[in-house]
Amino acid sequence: MLFKPVLLWTDMLLWLLLVSVAFYIWRVRQREHLLQPWRRLLRSRSGVASALVLLAFVAVGVFDSLHFRLPLEKQGNGAETHYSPEVLSVFDLMVGPLRKQVEKTYSAPFAAHLYTKETIELPGGKQVRDYPRLKYGGAHLRDPVREQTGDVVVTALRGGVYALALGAGLTLVLALWLARRRGISIGAAWVMIRHGRDEIPWRTLLATIGLLILFCCLATVFSVKYHIFGTDKVGQDVFYLALKSIRTGLMIGTLTTLVMLPFALLLGIMAGYFRGWVDDVIQYTYTTLSSIPGVLLIAAAVLILQVYMDNNQELFDTVAARADLRLLFLCVILGITSWTGLCRLLRGETLKVREMEFIQAATAFGVGHFRIIARHVLPNVMHIVLISIVLDFSALVLAEAVLSYVGVGVDPSMQSWGNMINGARLEMAREPMVWWSLLAAFVFMFVLVLSANLFSDRVRDAFDPRVR
Amino acid sequence: MINYIIRRILYAIPILIGVNLLTFALFFVVNTPDNMARIHLGVKHVTPEAIAKWKHERGYDKPLMWNGAAQGAKQASDTIFFEKSIGMFAFDFGRSDEGRDIAHDIKTRMWPSLAIALPVFVVGLAINITFAMLMAFFRATYIDFSGVVLCVAMMSISGLFYIIGGQYLVSKLLHLTPISGFDTGSSALKFLILPVLIGVIGGIGSGARWYRTIFLEETSRDYVRTARAKGLSELSVLFGHVLKNAMIPILTGAVVVIPLLFMGSLISESFFGIPGLGSYTIDAINAQDFAIVRAMVFLGSVLYIVGLILTDISYTLVDPRIRLE
Repeated sequence: MLFKPVLLWTDMLLWLLLVSVAFYIWRVRQREHLLQPWRRLLRSRSGVASALVLLAFVAVGVFDSLHFRLPLEKQGNGAETHYSPEVLSVFDLMVGPLRKQVEKTYSAPFAAHLYTKETIELPGGKQVRDYPRLKYGGAHLRDPVREQTGDVVVTALRGGVYALALGAGLTLVLALWLARRRGISIGAAWVMIRHGRDEIPWRTLLATIGLLILFCCLATVFSVKYHIFGTDKVGQDVFYLALKSIRTGLMIGTLTTLVMLPFALLLGIMAGYFRGWVDDVIQYTYTTLSSIPGVLLIAAAVLILQVYMDNNQELFDTVAARADLRLLFLCVILGITSWTGLCRLLRGETLKVREMEFIQAATAFGVGHFRIIARHVLPNVMHIVLISIVLDFSALVLAEAVLSYVGVGVDPSMQSWGNMINGARLEMAREPMVWWSLLAAFVFMFVLVLSANLFSDRVRDAFDPRVR
Repeated sequence: MINYIIRRILYAIPILIGVNLLTFALFFVVNTPDNMARIHLGVKHVTPEAIAKWKHERGYDKPLMWNGAAQGAKQASDTIFFEKSIGMFAFDFGRSDEGRDIAHDIKTRMWPSLAIALPVFVVGLAINITFAMLMAFFRATYIDFSGVVLCVAMMSISGLFYIIGGQYLVSKLLHLTPISGFDTGSSALKFLILPVLIGVIGGIGSGARWYRTIFLEETSRDYVRTARAKGLSELSVLFGHVLKNAMIPILTGAVVVIPLLFMGSLISESFFGIPGLGSYTIDAINAQDFAIVRAMVFLGSVLYIVGLILTDISYTLVDPRIRLE
C-alpha cells in the first residue's frame, strides 16, 4: 500500500463532532425559528469576520487530523512492508518544505545566517569563527547582506499580486452569484457589495477573506525561501510549530465540550425535571466536584495517567499514539471539571421550563417523561448550551497553554502553544534573547482567542432571549 | 442567622467527605502505592525490598480501606484511608512523601501567597469597578465602545504573556525591579510590586467587562429611571443607586475568592520565584509528591466552601431584603 492510515482517538472524536455539526446544520436549515438567530449573527460585521477567521483555524486543524504512516523502503523481494514510525498528516504534506527544512539550531526570522557563531573551515584550510549560512533560509541568495532587502520586497510583491488576483476573482464570483440569486445585474450587485446595502455585510466578509488570502499567499511565497518566524533550538521552523499547535488548541477547546456535554445535559435536565432525591444526588455530585480546585484535580489526574503510561508502555506503538492518548485524557479530565457550571444553569432553566403550560398539557395527556424531555425541554434549553459552549472555548484554549506550562498539559512531544511558551522561557535568559517562538505563539493564540471571544459575544447576542 | 450558618457548615461535611473519597480513589486506587514507590525510587533503585521499605517509612504498606488482619475498631482505623484522610478533617496533613511536615510548610508559605494575592485582589477590584463605572457612565459612546474592544483584546491574551512581557519590560529592559525572588519583612516590597502589577493588569480585561455588564443591567431597572426623573445627576445615580444595588452580583464573584487567596497563584508564584503555596503545589506536582497535592486539594475545597458560606452571609449585610432561614 502507498500509505497506512492512522486513526487516532482524537481524530475519531473530531470527525464525530463534525458529523454532529453537519447534522445540526441540516436540521437548522429546515426550521425557520432555528435559522433566525443565525441570520442575526450573519448580519453583524464582527460576527462574520470572526467566524471566518475561526473557520480558517478549523480548516488547518481538520487537515492536520488526517493521519497516516508512509512505508519504509522494502528490504529485498517479497518482504513485508514496514511503515515508518513517524505519523504524518495531510497538513504536513501541504506545508512540505516547512516540515523538512530543518536547520542546525536557532536562527532569527528571515535570517540567512545561524544565530550562534561556529568554527567554519575556509577553502584554504583556514578556520574562522563566524555565523555560518543556513541550509535553507535565504540559501538562494549569493550575498545576503546586499541582496536580501530587495529579495524580500520582490517576494512580498509577488505574494501581493497573487493575493490580489485571487481576491479579485473571488469578488467577481460573489458578485455573479449575488446577481443571479437576487435577480439583478452584475453592476447592481457590485454596488450593493461596495456600499454595504445588503443585510449581510459583504464588504467585511470580502475584506476578511482578502486578509486571509494575503496572509496565505505571503506565507507561501516566503516560507519556501526563508523561516518567517525563525527556527527553534533544534532547528525546526517555528512557523510550522505554531501551525501544528492549532490542532492541539482546537482539540482541547472542542473535544472537552464533547466530553462534558452529555454529563451536563443529562444530569442538568434530570435534576431540574425530576427534582426530589434525583436533584439532591446530582446537586451533591456537582457541588463536590466544583469545590475541588480545577487545576489541582487536573494535575492530579494527569500525574496518575503518566504513571499508568510509564507502566504500560507496550500499549502504544508510536509516539503519536502516546501523545494522543494524553491529549484525549486531558480533554476528558477538563470536561469532568467543567461540566458543573453548565449543569447548574440547565437545572435552573429546566425548573422554569417544566412549569410552563405546554409541558403541563403534555403531562396531562400522558406523554412519557422521556418524550417530554426530548421534545419539549431539550429544545427550550438549547440556547443556553450553545452560548456556554462558545463562551468556554477561548477559556479552554488559554487553559491548555497554562497547563502545558505547569507540566500537566499535553505531552511534551506534541506541538502546542503551551509547550512553545514553556520552551521560550529558557530562551528568554539567553543573551542575546531568542524572542521569535514566543512571538509566534503569542500571535497565533491571540488571533484564535480574540476571534473566539468576538464570535461568542455575537452568538450570545443572537441567541440569548433576554438581550432581544 | 446562626442556625442557618450552622446548617450550612453541617451541609459542608458530606461534601468534604465526598472530596476526600474522590481524591483518595484518584491517588491510591487508580495508582497503587507500589507505582508511587517506583517513581520516587527511580528506575535504577527499584527492588522489592526498596519498595517495601519506601512504603513502610511512609505508612503506605497498610491495606487501603479495610484491614482484615487487625482486631475490632482497628479493622477500619489501621488502614491507609483512615490514617491519610481522617486527619485532614482536623487539618493534620501529615508528612509529605519527602518526609517534610506539610502543615508547617503551609503555615510558613501562606504569608508570601497572601502578600501577593491580597493586593492583587483589592487593587484589581477597585480598578475594575472604576473602569466599568466609566464605561457605564459613557455608555453607547465612543469611549464605551473602545473600552469594550480593549477589554476583549486584553482578555484574549494568555496570562503567561502578561508575566513574560512584564518581566522583560520592567525587569530586564528598565531594571526597575528584580526579575524574581523573595525576601522577608519590608525588603520584600520590591519583589512584590511587579507580580502585583501584572496580576492586576492581567485581570482588567475580563473583570471590567463583567462589572460593566452588571452595571448596565442595573441601569435598565425602573428605580434608575425614577431617580433620573427626579432630576438627580447621572453621577449620583450611578454611585448612589446603581453601585449599591449592583453589590449583590459583585459580592457573589468576589467573596468566594477571598478564602482561596491563601492558595496563591500557581503560575505567577512559580515565574517570580515566590515561596508561596502556589509554587509549593507546582513543585509538588513536578516532584510527583502526592501527599502534598492531596493536602492542597483538600485545603482548596475547604476554603471554597467557606467562601460560599461567607458569600451568603455578606448578602444579608448588603441587602436587607434577603433573610437567611
